[in-house]
Amino acid sequence: MDELDTHAGRTEARVAPSPPRSSARASWTAFKALLLRDLVVLRKTLNIFIPRTVLQPFLLVFVFLYVFPKIGESVGGGGRAEAQFAAVLVAGVVGLSIMFQGIQAVALPMVQEFGYTKEIEDRVLAPLPVWTVAVGKVVAGAIQGLIAAAIVFPIAAVVHVPQVSLSLTVHWAVLLTMLPLASIMCAALGLTFGTRFETRQVPILFGVIILPMTFLGDTYYAWTALAPVKVLGWSWLQTIVLFNPLIYVTEGFRAALTGSTHMPLYVIYPVMVAFCALFLWTGINGFRHRVLT
Amino acid sequence: MADPQSVICCQQLSKQYPGGILAVDRLDLSVFPGEVFGLLGPNGAGKTTTAGMLTTRVIPTGGRALVAGIDVVAHPAMAKQLIGVVPQTNTLDRSLTVRENLYFHGLFFGMGTKRARAAADYLLEQFRLADRANMPVAALSGGMAQRLMAARAIMHGPSVLFLDEPTAGLDPQSRIALWDILGELRDRGPTIFLSTHNMEEADQHCDRVAIMDRGRILAMNTPRALKASVGADTVVIVTTAGDATGLAQHLEQGVTGAMRSQMVGGKIHLHVGGVSGVLPQVVAIADDQGITVTDLSVVEPSLETVFINLTGRELRD
Ligand SMILES: Nc1ncnc2c1ncn2[C@@H]1O[C@H](COP(=O)(O)OP(=O)(O)OP(=O)(O)O)[C@@H](O)[C@H]1O
Ligand SMILES: [Mg+2]
Repeated sequence: MDELDTHAGRTEARVAPSPPRSSARASWTAFKALLLRDLVVLRKTLNIFIPRTVLQPFLLVFVFLYVFPKIGESVGGGGRAEAQFAAVLVAGVVGLSIMFQGIQAVALPMVQEFGYTKEIEDRVLAPLPVWTVAVGKVVAGAIQGLIAAAIVFPIAAVVHVPQVSLSLTVHWAVLLTMLPLASIMCAALGLTFGTRFETRQVPILFGVIILPMTFLGDTYYAWTALAPVKVLGWSWLQTIVLFNPLIYVTEGFRAALTGSTHMPLYVIYPVMVAFCALFLWTGINGFRHRVLT
Repeated sequence: MADPQSVICCQQLSKQYPGGILAVDRLDLSVFPGEVFGLLGPNGAGKTTTAGMLTTRVIPTGGRALVAGIDVVAHPAMAKQLIGVVPQTNTLDRSLTVRENLYFHGLFFGMGTKRARAAADYLLEQFRLADRANMPVAALSGGMAQRLMAARAIMHGPSVLFLDEPTAGLDPQSRIALWDILGELRDRGPTIFLSTHNMEEADQHCDRVAIMDRGRILAMNTPRALKASVGADTVVIVTTAGDATGLAQHLEQGVTGAMRSQMVGGKIHLHVGGVSGVLPQVVAIADDQGITVTDLSVVEPSLETVFINLTGRELRD
């Protein structure tokens, strides 16, 4: 908060009516209203939200776990390996969906609001500190990420040929911490992108950043399985993908949903928390830069 | 200039944009409770920048600004509780309907849902937007959008209302309607800070006017006092195809009560104290010089005259 319930800034109560409410209270009320606004907009745009959320994961599991087995192109080698691949993919798909929400629910609307319209301005003039407006965007985006995960998980778990037996093992403690952490991290990443990219640069965002992030984001394979990709004895691919934040999300869901090997949790959690902090910091700073001149 | 009685107080307030443009240059001004204060100046004078600083959107690079006694740089969230803003550009929320724009604005400012709904409906009636209530704001004309922004700005009962060119783009009828509403509002007491390049508007509606150009305030007073400062009762505007500069000199010397002459946009502006019998003299002197006068008009000194006096340029571009 800029200030709490002090009247530090006031000099002359007689002519200058003091604010009716403390800044902390006014900010909290405004913050809730901002969230409500975002949720109302979400409800109005469900006809866009649902297809954009459902389609990509559906196509992924449909192609890999239904079409491929049908045409004999089994990925993973058939039998037990195929069941494992299915579990790996389901976890990856949930992680991917949350990441795409961060982009689609936070970054793209923000690029637009900063772009040809200046409509974010009225919300910036609401009685709360500017950084909390940015935090509100992240919270609303994270909520959409959670909703997306809830929609996507059943699809990913159900769509496959009968021969593929999906062996999911849910680790509840990991799942219930991973969901909010991943949602917030991806929404914060969306905030960072949304404040750094102009409308005309959106194709670059997708083509040059999102595309490699998703293809090298561990969706179709486990990070631990990358070790054999070596040059001169160095597992180069396994090393460089560590810079990809999506790795930790998909590995985290692998830990939460499967019994297969995954990156250790004592690495996943701290790195995700660090990414959260980094993206929130860059995102909030970017937001302040864009709305204040 | 720092006056604790003032609702808006700027001390040496400055803004230099990245890139070097000094948009506002050491501004000192005080606006008093209940006043309608006008900032009058041409495009690029620094009006929007000044309003931006006072409404926490633009960070000053020098000086201080207090609104309702609150330092807007140190305590922006607190200041925002007390102000209402009609910005120069359309900042309506395109994801929401006309009514929702007002409704959520009310919620942002701490109204309960019932009160926000009632206030939104009342304002839609008052601003003649009720028939568009459930349309997306993209379906509004420019003038309607402007009215909706005005409704939104007064909805939460601000102590200080900032209007940045609120009537630009409004038809005469909507212009009058907006000023009627603002007039009613005035009786309930918010201080109004208006920026405009329309001198009639500043003259008619403002208690005091500051004339701004290139980031500096050149004069500040009541419209009447500003106009009186010109000293002339009449301004004769002479258009000629001939030697205008030469004619101007002759007019200055020959016309009874002539005080000074200026060349403004190729026309001669002759300031005269006293009103009667000026035109025949002008025509006679032009005839003597063998110069044809193609157009001749007489106006009272206006804020435009004041602006020309101060800058040598016309207010309109
Ligand atoms: N964001 C910005 N970055 C850089 N320069 C700016 C910015 N905004 C305004 N300026 C410059 O500052 C000066 C003052 O601009 P401002 O918008 O305050 O003028 P104004 O009096 O509101 O003009 P108008 O009547 O056209 O609205 C101009 O020279 C303008 O080019
Ligand atoms: Mg302006």
